[in-house]
Amino acid sequence: MSLKTDEIKVGETRGCVLVEDLKRTRIVQYAGASGDFNPLHTDERFAVEAAGYPGVFAHGMLTMGMTGRVLTDWVGPEALLRYGVRFKAQVWPGDTLTATATVASVEDTGAGPVAHFSLRTVNQDGVEVVTGTATARLEP
Amino acid sequence: MTGQPFPVEAGHIMMFARAIGDEHPAYQGKTALAPPTFTMASAHYDPDYHLRPKQGEEWFGSGGGPGTMTEGGGGLHAEQHFEYHRPVRAGETLYSRTVPGRSWEKQGRTGRLLFSERITEYRDADGAPVVSAVTVAVVPEGPATPKDAR
Repeated sequence: MSLKTDEIKVGETRGCVLVEDLKRTRIVQYAGASGDFNPLHTDERFAVEAAGYPGVFAHGMLTMGMTGRVLTDWVGPEALLRYGVRFKAQVWPGDTLTATATVASVEDTGAGPVAHFSLRTVNQDGVEVVTGTATARLEP
Repeated sequence: MTGQPFPVEAGHIMMFARAIGDEHPAYQGKTALAPPTFTMASAHYDPDYHLRPKQGEEWFGSGGGPGTMTEGGGGLHAEQHFEYHRPVRAGETLYSRTVPGRSWEKQGRTGRLLFSERITEYRDADGAPVVSAVTVAVVPEGPATPKDAR
């Protein structure tokens, strides 16, 4: 199910809208599925009055989880070897997120060919919320 | 095999895939593959996980009152890295072990930022590595500072 080496080129890019107008319920849904019930993400009163934030914000891992799709839709769900991100800015309810993956290089390793990607997820204002890298196995 | 058991269940993968908005058919059915970040959900199986309300224990979120920010509660997730040794599938049990990694500090806009790593290895019943996960957390030093404006 992986991509073949000749199906991918350095500099090639794919984008995907991950979510439009992120809803608080969606954050609650992620809390339940992931088991991370930190009230910063799901409890508006706590986030504002106890923690001093303007409101609840999404788990970084929700954004990382959603961003993964731009990779797995491209290379297949079994091809990832590495996936790492840095959380650059908070994601708030109402945000619309777009992820972009770019082929940084293709390398022939001892274990076969791999593609290295750079990743970037931005909000509706173009602010980076997540940046990262990934490596996927290719079919020779 | 030693470590915290994490039974990988098809229904759990379904709920997780829905939550991240990924309806790929590979994540559905009895032998579903797990999405790349699914191992984070092993928190459900950690009896001591601090970000889950527990029967008979005080929870820091709001109730009648607004709740209380705990000491070091200003901590945020700075980075997350996964290395995949093979795909994870419903029906197997993984065994996780977490150890502290490096720690360092950086000067931020409003004071010192303390970074620390936690490294979790997920192995299968035969002890073979399946997923290696590195979590980097950041905690601002000192009293709570004004938060980023929306």
